[in-house]
Amino acid sequence: MSNPQPALPTPASAYGARARVWDWRRALSPTGDLGDAVFRGALFLCALLLLLIVAAMIAAMASMSTLSMREFGWGFLTSSQWNPLANKFGAWPFIYGTVMSSIIALLISVPLSLGVAVFLVEQAPARVARPLTFLVELLAAIPSVVYGLWGIFVLAPFLRVHVMPPLQNWFGFLPLFQGSITGISLLTGGVILAIMITPIISAVVRDVLAAVPVSQREAALALGATRWETTRVVLANGGPGIAGAIILGLGRAVGETMAVTMLIGNRPEVSASLFAPSYTIASVLANEFREATGDLYVSALVQLGLILFFVTFVINGAARLLVWSVTRGTSGTARA
Amino acid sequence: MFKPESMTTGNNKADSARRTVSVMMTTLTAACALFAVVILLLILGYIAARGIGSLNLQFLTDIPRPVGEGGGIGNAIVGSLVLLVLSSVIGMPLGIATGIYLAEFGVGRFAGVVRFMADTLTGIPSIVVGVFVYTIIVLPFRQFSAFAGGVALALIMIPIVARTTEEMIRLVPASLREGALALGAPQWRVTLGVVLPAAMSGIATGAMLAVARVSGETAPLLFTALNYNDFNYYLDQPIASLTVQIYNYSISPYDEWHAQAWAATLVLMTLILVINIAVRFFTRKRV
Repeated sequence: MSNPQPALPTPASAYGARARVWDWRRALSPTGDLGDAVFRGALFLCALLLLLIVAAMIAAMASMSTLSMREFGWGFLTSSQWNPLANKFGAWPFIYGTVMSSIIALLISVPLSLGVAVFLVEQAPARVARPLTFLVELLAAIPSVVYGLWGIFVLAPFLRVHVMPPLQNWFGFLPLFQGSITGISLLTGGVILAIMITPIISAVVRDVLAAVPVSQREAALALGATRWETTRVVLANGGPGIAGAIILGLGRAVGETMAVTMLIGNRPEVSASLFAPSYTIASVLANEFREATGDLYVSALVQLGLILFFVTFVINGAARLLVWSVTRGTSGTARA
Repeated sequence: MFKPESMTTGNNKADSARRTVSVMMTTLTAACALFAVVILLLILGYIAARGIGSLNLQFLTDIPRPVGEGGGIGNAIVGSLVLLVLSSVIGMPLGIATGIYLAEFGVGRFAGVVRFMADTLTGIPSIVVGVFVYTIIVLPFRQFSAFAGGVALALIMIPIVARTTEEMIRLVPASLREGALALGAPQWRVTLGVVLPAAMSGIATGAMLAVARVSGETAPLLFTALNYNDFNYYLDQPIASLTVQIYNYSISPYDEWHAQAWAATLVLMTLILVINIAVRFFTRKRV
């Protein structure tokens, strides 16, 4: 690890070594200082620990879920039977619920958060944008369980009375909007997710828009473009980053647990209706893990956790790469 | 003043249509921002209005009791504080050390991988962290424990703290480092004695935000710290927390417990808002 030191006599050597200030990044201890070597070694171990944690997560969950993997194979993903009493476990209802609730969340949240970000970066004067930005960021600071509480007592009744009946009246011929209306449903879960991921998507889109060079805007304006046309140029420039922001929001929606668990109804059934209760992977873990008895039951649940881990891992990784491709080299860094 | 032909005459209709679209879209984006803020105010307003009624000293100090007998969240408040201290003790040093490494020695492929993993780890659902901690701590010891809950929260904290620490250290001007190095200080003294103190307020800010984030976590505690209906000061025993208590009360069928859930939420949100607003205030002052 240590580089061969230039053999110069002191004190010129000390001066000579330190003059190459930028070399200290390259080797463990360019000065040959014992303290430096220990310091850097210790910090390196801490950084290494972070990688080990990720490796340990995969290893621990994979080994716990081998039992279920052996028992069900790939059929685990497609079977819709979830019956702990009969030791039959299939993940399909949870996968369906997770995918559908995330899609609903994105459909609502993407236009909303793009609007928020465009307004804050491109259109609002700084005096307005600054406090508004803070308020929107506060939405991200509210814990999931609080969204759940609010959802149970405010959002779900509101949707049940003011949103779902009209939807059923107008679009009742679609299977999506049929069935009885209880307020606790796939749609409710999707709506609360939409609210929760809006600050996340809009925060990243703001960074991306801020990273688009001012010259792009000036060029568009100089050509006679209106404000909106200029914004469209900026949006097109930040395209990959915006895609990354949306994928990042998707990752959050897929893994959100508490609020969804409290609002989605927790019934492991696949129903065409958005008004019917559903179940997500994260919710079944929250509900059943504590009380799971029997090795196969626990193993199947851990396997669900492993699936969730890999899906969010891939989603987040892809999103980071996309966002980095736009914001790299600017001071604005991607946020969680 | 000279004006090109096309700007004064002709195309007026098309121009005004473009301008109308522009104004419409501006209004629409403003409406989006307004909508988000209204939702925020609705949530905070409900919490304040519903929570304030059940809030009193007895509620803040008592332990949970059966329906009809009152009871409070004293043990949950203490439990949450224990979990926060525990997770900070484990997570902060590791996170800050990783951040220092990334900022001071963070070139090359290894640092790139660490940075990428830290960012990706912040996106891993907290419930998965709970499952992981369950398999490595709860199962081997056959015991739900405050310690397991603290570890789960620490795992969530580490990548957040690491990345904010790195950013804050990068803000320290290179001239400070160069000055200290030029005076003959070894690298470790430069980092610990000059760079860290200069970045300290920023690092503390990031740490506070991580605490705020973690204080709202419920999912990773469900099957690590579990819950407990009395005060507990033993780390190898289950422990109550505000968030799990809110969850249990809000999905219960009793109005009295619902009211207590709102009140507990008011306490939790006050903590989180105070941290967020304080951080905002201090960072603005510094910049």
